[in-house]
Amino acid sequence: MTTNHKVKKMMLILSKATLDNVYACFILANGARMEGIESEIFFTFFGLEAIQKEKLKHLHVATVGNPAMHMPTMLGGLPGMEAVATKMMKSKIEKLDIPPVDEFLEILTASGTKIWACKLAMDMFDIKESDLIEDLDGVLTVGDFYARASGEGTHVIFI
Amino acid sequence: MIEKTYAGTAVACTDEGYLQELAQWNKSIGTEIAKEESIDMTPKHWEVISYLQDQNKKGTALTIRSIGKSGVVSIKEFYELFPEGPLKKASRIAGIPKPVSCI
Repeated sequence: MTTNHKVKKMMLILSKATLDNVYACFILANGARMEGIESEIFFTFFGLEAIQKEKLKHLHVATVGNPAMHMPTMLGGLPGMEAVATKMMKSKIEKLDIPPVDEFLEILTASGTKIWACKLAMDMFDIKESDLIEDLDGVLTVGDFYARASGEGTHVIFI
Repeated sequence: MIEKTYAGTAVACTDEGYLQELAQWNKSIGTEIAKEESIDMTPKHWEVISYLQDQNKKGTALTIRSIGKSGVVSIKEFYELFPEGPLKKASRIAGIPKPVSCI
């Protein structure tokens, strides 16, 4: 018997809502679809912000506790610093023809990426399904999510 | 580089099967490449293909986003017309280079 190592499905778990993490997740999900690979995203904990209608347009880059910003932590904590860093990143992103978060979600769903919300995290943060984007495919438990990851060639990534 | 014969014409291809020169392309070649990708071409498919070729001639790098905004096809339709890797498959059929974009 030969082993086929071809990637068939990417199951991404997004647990953070900083712009860099959200984009990493979306680009991986979209890139998979572009290669003919199935992709699904499970939004949990702070990741849920990226699919909350009221919040998804206001995500930020973290300037504190992020050594790659190459900025002293005290400076990163100054008022307005996050806004400046976020603005800079958003303008870079636009130049590369990477869509803003809301448009990116539309592209993902149009491309066939499944969008799932974590039930436990929703209960924890008092989030209702009506707070989430219309394109949501549903609310899942961890068990449901693993059940969807059962096929051969499926990979799970936690972001 | 390899040489392949489509519709009785020898064309220069990359190792991944993309045409080296768009000038060597014609519709019959496109149809045969589409067959290799298990796609039956319809007028809508050709409309997308000629859009891709126009963009290539203008030197525009293609992304899924730009195709969605083209007015020619929606992203959903694009995935339906060229299932499993639409941008790569459509570029191959169009005789333009393999797309390098991650989005």
